[in-house]
Amino acid sequence: MGGLAEEIRLDDAGTVVRLTPDHRTIIDLIPEGTRVMDLGCGEGDLLLALKVMKKVRAEGIELSDACIQSCVAKGLFNVHHGDLDEGLADYPDKSIDYVILTNTIQVLHRPMFLIREMARVSKRCIVSFPNFAHWPVRWQHFFGGRMPKTEKLPYEWYETLNIHLTTIIDFRDFCRQAELTVLQEIPLRTSASGRCIVVRFLPNLLADSAIFVLEEGDPPPAKSGTPR
Amino acid sequence: MGDPGSVGIVKTQHLTFAEPPQEMLLECGRSLGPITLAYETYGELSAAKDNAVLILHALSGNAHAAGYNQPGERQPGWWDIMIGPGKAFDTRQYFVICSNVIGGCKGSTGPSSVNPQTGRPYGLSFPIVTIRDMVNTQRELIDHLGINQLLCVVGGSMGGMQVLQWVVSYPDRVRLAIPIATTSKLSAQAIAFDEVGRQAIQSDPHWKEGDYYGKPIPRRGLAIARMIGHITYLSERSMHQKFGRKLQDKTEYGYNFLADFQVESYLQYKGDNFVNRFDANSYLYISKAMDYFDLAQPYGTLEQAFSGVKAKFLVISFSSDWLFPSYQSKEIVSALRRVGAQAIYTEIQTDYGHDAFLLESEQLSSLITNFLSHGRRGAA
Repeated sequence: MGGLAEEIRLDDAGTVVRLTPDHRTIIDLIPEGTRVMDLGCGEGDLLLALKVMKKVRAEGIELSDACIQSCVAKGLFNVHHGDLDEGLADYPDKSIDYVILTNTIQVLHRPMFLIREMARVSKRCIVSFPNFAHWPVRWQHFFGGRMPKTEKLPYEWYETLNIHLTTIIDFRDFCRQAELTVLQEIPLRTSASGRCIVVRFLPNLLADSAIFVLEEGDPPPAKSGTPR
Repeated sequence: MGDPGSVGIVKTQHLTFAEPPQEMLLECGRSLGPITLAYETYGELSAAKDNAVLILHALSGNAHAAGYNQPGERQPGWWDIMIGPGKAFDTRQYFVICSNVIGGCKGSTGPSSVNPQTGRPYGLSFPIVTIRDMVNTQRELIDHLGINQLLCVVGGSMGGMQVLQWVVSYPDRVRLAIPIATTSKLSAQAIAFDEVGRQAIQSDPHWKEGDYYGKPIPRRGLAIARMIGHITYLSERSMHQKFGRKLQDKTEYGYNFLADFQVESYLQYKGDNFVNRFDANSYLYISKAMDYFDLAQPYGTLEQAFSGVKAKFLVISFSSDWLFPSYQSKEIVSALRRVGAQAIYTEIQTDYGHDAFLLESEQLSSLITNFLSHGRRGAA
């Protein structure tokens, strides 16, 4: 998912990782030296980048053993075979500084359960997801009368793993229901050159994806839909 | 034998210690001495003595893990696929040690050894040994070799139990740990299979309360024990794929109780073969040691047992292993996570059941190769 991965050279030793635009934005959000867990960490590119660039203590959970093998080959020594739909029972409350879930919430069977688990074990959660209200998605559905297929949502309806797609507005509601405070909301648009551009105008229409930074706790008594 | 990936001809070595009156106190409360431990080494110990890998074997294994003891030998050591130049445990980089266990019959002190006090084999007068006792004797070996800290301790099945005991008993002496297809304690089902095996041996008329040395040995009993064990090492699927319902050297049923099916003759062959290389009393002692093993028990919980560990872990289970099922590895990993220890856990997808760790596996080799090389450089 996410496409548009770009190879980034991390150090003089020639360590190379493949990062998607939302990965690059997330790296900027993580302070140095923190304890970070990437859920569904894949081949460990984001974790390795964080480890090298931000000196974090990197942990990951991944379902695919082939991916775990790639993580081990990258020297990531805290990666576990696990199913996110089973939660994070092994982690004590607030034991991790940042828990990251990139481009994965839409494939989970129980998104509410996992986001609550993430909030429980972490001080902050970072969640990125494709925005199902992005205008090309709406266009294909409204005018074409078809299931949308875009760069961020490249699958045919009969083979997609995306069972819980959402929009930026819906995700705000979801966070409120999960009793999470939205600390930051970053609607993104990927430019033709693969750069990530923050969308300030009509984000739910013009952003192809979004990154939310969340924290456990009651949301402020703000008006519905107001991002903080 | 000219195979560049082989360690070539190796000689099993022996270390004897705990000479009376400095006998070793065992977990059961009794003392044992002198104790001899058989071991083999491959590769060279570095000047800094920081490249030693200790390999620990399973129930019926021995110190001969790689290469050949004599020219012209048909089978190499039991983990030759993993140990040698260019292999996962690359003997050009690592000093690999394989230690036998006490209680065994492959050169280390066990029930078939002669008790120096009586001049006769110990038999059932041999004290009960535990996984912890095995590890304590191995520590003597590591001291003897002048190694302060092992780079890695690795083993499958009962070898994995020893790995876990090593990191708990001697946390400062292990940098990397690779427990494979193992558990912190056997399930009731696994104990049950062990007990059936022991009953088979003990009900053989030749067993004679373990006092059969120099007389006919309990062949049938030991062979049956091995047959039962062997069933538990394979998966239902791998047995089906290997044998199905194929008949052995015939096209029709014999309508008698001789072996009709290939799986029957295979098990009989495995059982008979085992009798020629293993001692029935050792089978009793070692299987009992596995049954008694409960890493958490002296500490209360597994977390408490692991609270002082310093090693980094690569925990591996096999999807079709029903004797040491994956959930048992996950319990180990859960506890390690809770105490903040570094652990990689992976479940390798395979049809080969518990015995998968002994088979050629690209996945297993590359996991171990990468874990060792990054771990040696101090990856976090």
